[in-house]
Amino acid sequence: MSHSTQNDAHHGHDDVAHHIPIYWKVFWALIAGTVITVGLYSVHFESVAVTIAIALFVASIKAFLVAGYFMHLLSEKKMIYGILAATVFFLIGLMALTIWGSNDHPSNTVTKTFYVP
Amino acid sequence: MEIPYTVKPRPDTGLYNAKVGIWLFLASEVMLFGALFSAYILLRVGALPGTWPEIKTAWPHGLLNIPIGTFNTAVLITSSVTVVFAWAALKMNNFARFRICMVITILCAFGFLSIKSYEYNEKFTHYELRLKDGKAFTGHLEVNGKHPGFWDFGSIYNLARLTEEKVEKVKFVADPPKPKPGEKHEGNHEHVSMEVVTSDIVHLDAFLPRNHTFFAIYFLITALHGLHVLGGAIVLGYFAFPGSKMWRTDPERFTNRIEVGGLFWHFVDLVWIFLFPILYLL
Repeated sequence: MSHSTQNDAHHGHDDVAHHIPIYWKVFWALIAGTVITVGLYSVHFESVAVTIAIALFVASIKAFLVAGYFMHLLSEKKMIYGILAATVFFLIGLMALTIWGSNDHPSNTVTKTFYVP
Repeated sequence: MEIPYTVKPRPDTGLYNAKVGIWLFLASEVMLFGALFSAYILLRVGALPGTWPEIKTAWPHGLLNIPIGTFNTAVLITSSVTVVFAWAALKMNNFARFRICMVITILCAFGFLSIKSYEYNEKFTHYELRLKDGKAFTGHLEVNGKHPGFWDFGSIYNLARLTEEKVEKVKFVADPPKPKPGEKHEGNHEHVSMEVVTSDIVHLDAFLPRNHTFFAIYFLITALHGLHVLGGAIVLGYFAFPGSKMWRTDPERFTNRIEVGGLFWHFVDLVWIFLFPILYLL
């Protein structure tokens, strides 16, 4: 990225023109990702966990493309990364609590031998 | 008083203020949607087996329209790329192209919402039926020979309403049996039309939030997402037309507004990228 342009924020004129073909590539990659996700629906995997993991993996790649290129996160200032690091920390905490807590759901506890209702 | 750092980066953050603002807002949005995703996980993990007999699993897979959902995903991705092109056009001093890109973005937004409202209507008129002899079906209901209209809440029935209105018989057009994921559709695509006596029914309800936790979380998350699409479309519509006066007086600040509006728009797209597989496919 240009760090010392006159007109500031972060992209000069040429710089942006240079990005247009990248935006097009990202667009087609996103469409391809969608097609792959839907295509995988017709493939039957034995394990539900594997099916979910693959679908979420493809979704994560798509999310990375949108955030990285369309939202310019690949070339942002430290401040933004700081805000996002805090968000990711709390989001991971939230999901960890959710997964941890799901063990205590009534439908799971009745199957455990040590639990006497 | 003039608002500081609308164009020039603030020395300590290295950013114009609106950008820090939108990212803080998006961070809170991540937590909002994150909480709803976690609710989805808990509801799904906790769904009791046998609560949805027709599908033979506790969690109702494949009740949403995948081709339409896929098309809507493509519509949202298109609007995401056009909004970034609109911003790039301003950076390159091309106002005419900026406006074309914004108009496409806004049309995509309303296209997305129209398709979504059609999908909602499909669920309002789609029923789950269980009979006393243990048979279960999904399909469409006809009471007194009337077809429900678009978003016609007055014509949604359940067992309690049929009993209350003393409707003795209804016509039910059952969907063809569903193949399991991975299996090929074999032969049977027939919709079987049948007469059902009200006293034989154990459960009858449309695919509404009250009928299943899946539909509760589906309507909640997609409606909240839909409101974000609507809000984004209004803001981008303002920038594209009345708000674009600023381009003549303060072009750099205007360009930054488009970048910030675009960041919100991409976030809305990003949420959908996760919503689509978890609601439609998994």
